[in-house]
Amino acid sequence: MTEYLTLSLILFSIGAVGVLVRRNAIVVFMCIELMLNATNLAFVSFSRQHGNLDGQVAAFFVMVVAAAEVVVGLAIIVSIYRTRRTTSVDEASLLKS
Amino acid sequence: MFDLMWLLIAVPLVSALVLLVWGKQADPFGHLIATAASTLSFIGGVVLFAQLLGRDENERSATTSLFTWIESGPFHVEMSFTFDALSGLFVLLITGVGTLIHIYSIGYMEHDERRRRFFAYLNLFVASMLTLVLAADYLVLFLGWEGVGLASYLLIGFWQHKHSAAAAAKKAFVVNRVGDVGMALAIMLMFAQFGTSSMEAVSGAMGSASGGVATALGLLLLLGACGKSAQVPLQSWLLDAMEGPTPVSALIHAATMVTAGVYLVVRSSAIFDASEAARTAVIVVGLVTLLVGAYIGCAKDDIKKALAGSTMSQIGYMMLAAGLGPAGYAFAIFHLITHGFFKANMFLGAGSVMHGMDDDVNMRHYGGLRKAMPYTFVTFAFGYLAIIGFPGFSGFFSKDKIIEAAFGHNVWIGLGALLGAGVTAFYMTRLMMMTFITDKRWKEDVHPHESPKVMTVPLIVLAALSLLGGALALGGWIGDWLAPIVGEAHHEELPIPAIAITLSILAVVVIGVLAGIFLYGSRPVAAETPADSSVSAFTRAGRRDLYGDAINDGVVVQPVRYVTRSLVFLDARAVDGFVTGLADRLGEVSQALRAPQTGFVRSYALSMFGGALVLTIALLAVTLA
Repeated sequence: MTEYLTLSLILFSIGAVGVLVRRNAIVVFMCIELMLNATNLAFVSFSRQHGNLDGQVAAFFVMVVAAAEVVVGLAIIVSIYRTRRTTSVDEASLLKS
Repeated sequence: MFDLMWLLIAVPLVSALVLLVWGKQADPFGHLIATAASTLSFIGGVVLFAQLLGRDENERSATTSLFTWIESGPFHVEMSFTFDALSGLFVLLITGVGTLIHIYSIGYMEHDERRRRFFAYLNLFVASMLTLVLAADYLVLFLGWEGVGLASYLLIGFWQHKHSAAAAAKKAFVVNRVGDVGMALAIMLMFAQFGTSSMEAVSGAMGSASGGVATALGLLLLLGACGKSAQVPLQSWLLDAMEGPTPVSALIHAATMVTAGVYLVVRSSAIFDASEAARTAVIVVGLVTLLVGAYIGCAKDDIKKALAGSTMSQIGYMMLAAGLGPAGYAFAIFHLITHGFFKANMFLGAGSVMHGMDDDVNMRHYGGLRKAMPYTFVTFAFGYLAIIGFPGFSGFFSKDKIIEAAFGHNVWIGLGALLGAGVTAFYMTRLMMMTFITDKRWKEDVHPHESPKVMTVPLIVLAALSLLGGALALGGWIGDWLAPIVGEAHHEELPIPAIAITLSILAVVVIGVLAGIFLYGSRPVAAETPADSSVSAFTRAGRRDLYGDAINDGVVVQPVRYVTRSLVFLDARAVDGFVTGLADRLGEVSQALRAPQTGFVRSYALSMFGGALVLTIALLAVTLA
């Protein structure tokens, strides 16, 4: 049981660090997916531990939301790439004060 | 018949409205309509006055109410008018002199393209002035009071393209407002004390009113009278008012409107009879004004301003007489009427001179006009003889009576009035010498000529009235006539015999005339006004209207300006300071909050991550604790 949670924590941490330090939007995006999947793993683990299905249902919701997010997010990244010829997130800083 | 007295007011009022609304189409005949309206009023006034003459002494008063003007709780005002001995005399004076001046103006304003409007204003004035004198309620009187103020404002500023005329009109309006505050407060006080502003009811209630109320009412009414009649301390507007066309100066600022204050005091005789203090205030105001006006009249080179100073002075005489109580009321009205004749005559004469001198008003540019303008000269001479009190002329009788009554009241007041008579003789002689007698000083390109008949005929009529006006006092007629309104004049013991007073007046007048002839008739008069630096301090003071404007400026205008400035300062610093300060602080906070908005996605992500971390730790801490 602890192993699953440890793995989930490690995956989440890798994802979080990746979001914070990487510049490439695609990689940032993959790191977000990694964090989502780490939470899914935690959900499923706790579901198993408590012996009910709530956690598994929540994991399915997260998957659906993640799928929708991928669709929208990739579309945004593609359109940014088309106009700017780069996917660096630091370049897209026009909303600064 | 007396039910129709409202027509006296309605005819000129309707004429004024028609002339103003009709527009340019009425230009060719507008002045005729206005003159006809004024004449109709005069005829109506004569008919009513004749009816009044035929009645018994105790029935010489008719009141008619047109409609209820204001009905609000206990406040009830009737639009009511009274035609009695006093208002009858005024109706005749206003419409009579008014009609003559209408006729004169046809000639005087002939070349003015806005003549129709001028006549509309004149009619508006006549209607308002008749409302003022016919009113049977102080509030109705106030309506006329404001109406004449409006007409006066419109006519002083008639040549509004001249900056000085526009400024003079504004000044007259503002100064009059100060007096109007007194009037308005007096009417409010009447209502608060007696529950009514009807003249009859107020007079009736004065018997039981306390002395304090009577004094307060008297002083407030006196303030109103000072504003309208250009008495010290509200005198400063009258000299500037000479910017208006000369017929206006004659009608409004000499013969009728400026005497409204005297009318008010006499009409409110019940109030002034009840308060010794208020009467004394009236006497002081009258005496000071008559000397101040005479002083100013001596120093002016502008013929109209010299006459304006004289008007102030003569109204001072009337005020003085009115302040003497029952002994003087009738003489105040008597002098008012004779002054209406001879001063209108002289103003119109001055207008005739200006007409022939290309609107030059400086007497130093005149001289020797008696040959160029014989009619104007002779008629003006009648006015001159009347005002200095030449025996036989109207002014002789009226001024003599006032000075006599003043001596009966107090020797010093009598001496002041006597001194005024001497100064009057001096400045009028000076005016006469400089304008008509001495050698000609006008320039070559000026061609003085006699005015047309339409202007000289009114002059002749007024000159005749200046001579014959004294007949009103034959056998004490005017005193008996007004007795039902102002009370019987009981003769006070004179400290010296009346004949001695008359002789001393004549002596003083002769001295004044001789001084005038000596100073201005027997040696050449400078053709240009001497510079201020070359004349004595006394002359300078007179030229500056005894520093009336400077005093107003120092006592009222500057302090008020300081108060306004400090209020503006307070507003800008305290009130605005608070509000804008609040906005500024908010702005600064917002500026500080702007700094973290870098636009970098990763920094946002970091703050989200940090926030989530803090939340988690906090939750854990709460759960574990």
